[in-house]
Amino acid sequence: MSLFVAQILNSFQLGALLFLMSAGLTLVFGIMNFLNLAHGSLFMVGAYVGATVAAKTGSFTIAIIAAIVATMLLGVVAERTLLRQLYARDHLDQVLCTFGLLLIANEAVRYIWGPSPVFINVPAMLDGTVRIFGQNYPAYRFAIIVAGIVVVLGLYLLISRTRLGMLIRAGANNANMVSALGVNIKFLNTVVFALGAGLAGLGGLLIAPLVSVQPGMGEPILILTLVVIVVGGIGSIRGALYGALIVGLIDTAARVYMQIGLLQIFERSVGQAIGPAIASMLIYILMAIVLAFRPQGLFPVKHG
Amino acid sequence: MRIKATLAGLGLCALSVMTAQAQTTQPLKIGFLAEMAGIYGAPGQDQYDAFMLAVEERGGKLGDVPVQIFKEDTQFKPDVASQIVDRLMDREKVELFTGLTYTHIALAVYKKINDKGGFMIASNTGPAPIAGQGCVPNFFASTWQNDQLSEVVGKYAAEKGYKNVFALAPNYQAGRDFVAGFKDAYGKPLLDEVYTPVAQQDFSAELSMIQAASPDAVYVFYPGALGVNFVKQYHQAGLSTIPLLNTATTESINLPAQGEAAMGAVNGSFWGPDFDNDTSKHFVEAFEAKYKRIPSQYAAQSYDAALLIDSALRKVKGDLSDKDAFRAALKEADFKSLRGDFKFGNNHFPIQDFHIFEAYKDGKGRMNVRRIATPMVQAQDKFAAQCPMK
Repeated sequence: MSLFVAQILNSFQLGALLFLMSAGLTLVFGIMNFLNLAHGSLFMVGAYVGATVAAKTGSFTIAIIAAIVATMLLGVVAERTLLRQLYARDHLDQVLCTFGLLLIANEAVRYIWGPSPVFINVPAMLDGTVRIFGQNYPAYRFAIIVAGIVVVLGLYLLISRTRLGMLIRAGANNANMVSALGVNIKFLNTVVFALGAGLAGLGGLLIAPLVSVQPGMGEPILILTLVVIVVGGIGSIRGALYGALIVGLIDTAARVYMQIGLLQIFERSVGQAIGPAIASMLIYILMAIVLAFRPQGLFPVKHG
Repeated sequence: MRIKATLAGLGLCALSVMTAQAQTTQPLKIGFLAEMAGIYGAPGQDQYDAFMLAVEERGGKLGDVPVQIFKEDTQFKPDVASQIVDRLMDREKVELFTGLTYTHIALAVYKKINDKGGFMIASNTGPAPIAGQGCVPNFFASTWQNDQLSEVVGKYAAEKGYKNVFALAPNYQAGRDFVAGFKDAYGKPLLDEVYTPVAQQDFSAELSMIQAASPDAVYVFYPGALGVNFVKQYHQAGLSTIPLLNTATTESINLPAQGEAAMGAVNGSFWGPDFDNDTSKHFVEAFEAKYKRIPSQYAAQSYDAALLIDSALRKVKGDLSDKDAFRAALKEADFKSLRGDFKFGNNHFPIQDFHIFEAYKDGKGRMNVRRIATPMVQAQDKFAAQCPMK
């Protein structure tokens, strides 16, 4: 029972992180029809900037602000100068260009911060455990869950209660019509891109105290993020939220229960050998099934 | 007459110039093959720094002959290592190699170097094939056989009487080998063993499994950055009350990043910076003064490799042309090792003690390790019997 509770919390923690990444990616795709593979690089830059600022100032709060501001600025510059030219091109051009940016970003951080990983510590306040449902759980991981919930609520209010949110929803539905109605769609695009970049940067910073900050750290999370938005439905914030929770749950649960389950069927050494292999495949199997039977995703944007 | 004398004089001059050149421009060439950059680069850097420390202390000489070091980055790629060996042996006439940071690199080049008459002193690997049936006369290890590093921890766990041990490692050959070695020496079935994908950095699910299983002790093999992440997350999950036994995880290279999260964790090794013999004390002092960090075991075994080369070259007066004499000189291992007693077994791997080290905060406020037990005394690896060499 306690293992079950802990795994649910773990899956929420991974889900929160995936949501921060996929919200931006899915909005950019939904509104600008633009596939940004360099989204993982923003995650990496957020982690590096946050880790550097945290080490210099000793303040995690300042590091959060620095990571968000730096990635938003980077996002705006990239969008204004380069990516905007690609909105009208087909997806292959976009993928090639942003893949190039991803490689450049990896080499750039290697040049600036060196090839060795950078480590930062969990803020002292969150270094320890909290008790949830009779279960000791790392306080910092719980804080990531809380941060995820705050962002979900914030985005919900922004999108459903504000004028900007209304424009974003309209843009996701029909960008040409929004433009024809006299809305400055270029400005809207930049705002959406900056918002997505900032969320990715926040995600990178939040994970930095748990893992090593190193060149290329954005790619594994980018791949999971692509799975999330395919499963959830491309362009849909709601899809990103549910997709992130589903992928978080399956990935976390599979790592634990796959092996336990296989040990019931096979002998020990076999179960231990194939358990990890199948567990890491499971979310891709899910994605393949969704693509085959429900290509619009499980929670697509509602039209009309 | 005068002309003859002048010519003779010129001839003498030329002769003396030539011999002088022969003495100054022909240093003994040594190829240093290691990983120098990236996430695998830290051990290679420590190996190189320690080796060069020994060379500099001897005024650029080993065994009283000037040496020239060819520092080559093998980039973690066996094919790259193989090309480097070809180039160094064919073009530069290098006959002596050291470094060899990783098992797959050593396996890719050791036969070739041996067959071409070259010698190698591996200062970070001890692959089972080279220790056993595949042993060759010109390969010497200043290290250990891989399995011994986890056997010593398994012995320690058995001595401590831990009943339920939970083991974790990355899901690749070395990870499985270390857990197998641990299990062998521990002698009882493990509570559970879990293998995580090699690139996985977040251990949330596995830590929850440990928490639910509540073992007496946990054994892990997570080298480098993985080890930093694991130990920090282990501490954050409130598991620090369960003893953390490990191979290559809480060691000098990782301790600065792990900080107090590593406190009390124990790892198995052949040497630690608290060793009391003169070589070790001198080495630790000189290394810290020059590089401003605590030397790791990678540095220690490379410093020993330099001392071994120094002793053997002195015996043959820097002349590698008599292969049998140089091989015999290496085999004698006539030097004061920083690990204390040192001798080679039939397979040219050391017969030595293995110890358990605990992570603690030293007098200067740094995270460091100190010896707390010596479960294996003058141990020889289990593959030596399969090696046909005498």
